Amino acid sequence: MKNPKILVIIPAFNEEANIKGVLSAIKTHLPQADTVVINDGSVDSTARIAEQAGVVVLNHPYNMGIGATMQTGYKYASRKGYDIAVQVDADGQHPADQIEKIIEPVLKGRSDLVVGSRFLGTGDYRPSLARGAGMAIFSGVVSAIIKERVTDTTSGFRAAGRRCIDFFAHHYPDDYPEVEALVLLHKKGFSIMEVPVRMRERGGGKSSITPIRSVYYMVKVLLAIFVDLLKKV
Amino acid sequence: MDYFQIFSIIGSVVLFGLIINFIRLGILKEKYSVLWIACSLAILVLSVKKEILDYIAAFLGVAYPPSLLFLVAFMFVLLIILHFSVVISIFHEKNKILAQEITLLKNALREAGIKVNGEGRDEK
Repeated sequence: MKNPKILVIIPAFNEEANIKGVLSAIKTHLPQADTVVINDGSVDSTARIAEQAGVVVLNHPYNMGIGATMQTGYKYASRKGYDIAVQVDADGQHPADQIEKIIEPVLKGRSDLVVGSRFLGTGDYRPSLARGAGMAIFSGVVSAIIKERVTDTTSGFRAAGRRCIDFFAHHYPDDYPEVEALVLLHKKGFSIMEVPVRMRERGGGKSSITPIRSVYYMVKVLLAIFVDLLKKV
Repeated sequence: MDYFQIFSIIGSVVLFGLIINFIRLGILKEKYSVLWIACSLAILVLSVKKEILDYIAAFLGVAYPPSLLFLVAFMFVLLIILHFSVVISIFHEKNKILAQEITLLKNALREAGIKVNGEGRDEK
């Protein structure tokens, strides 16, 4: 693809502490890309900081959740005619120097959606026991459904090609979009691929997820996956 | 005619009248009134024509026919609530689409150099 139009989509909800660093890192490592911040009803100065950084900021009128927020980004990408959309978290988890890695397979037309995985290759990501077990179960279930090995189903570090962007603009799951999107894409016959990436630990690391809560979360996600299997798309 | 029968006839007639009046006043959409009308008519018919109620009760093996009336009403209530859940889900989806369109429109206006209220600094 010659001079592909690349859009970096950053969903942000009260991320004033991290957004500036994330935006400047992207500007450094991916100067050819445009960036859009979807401000999902933040009550802090996320929107102002992003505006000062000179990127497009789309402000939701109220907090709509991560699914609707990502979809707004994909709608924007679809209408503005972008060839590739990259999802990057606003909390600094996804290093900007890794974006090239997930874009490449899409650019070469090898896959409709590329997921950056913490578990493939030489990653040194070590989740807690409960989290790790949950992720392994998701990985097993999703891999069985889409008949392809996916190691990091909850990764929000992704690159989507044109067809995928247009599909997401119309259909994007609400509740647990990372995992569910994989199942939906597979049902529609899109190709999915993983590449190894390095991620940073969440800054501060105030994980409020207790073992009981993560079991509850797991059950909800698994339910959502099975509902997606029943759904007519 | 026992009191129960009189009471249920009056009740279903009042319900039916209320529904019709709400539709007339335009505060209940026809679309959402179908189940309510069906419910009130069913109870009315079963209350007036006690034989039908007795017949169905005997067929189903219900010892006390008036309790069948509760079952019918309860099933209608369940149906109506289910209908509401469906309607709420549809509204949720439409509301999301609207909010996303507003978000994109506000940006399009800003790109066109038009200042939008509720955007940026004066938000909150």
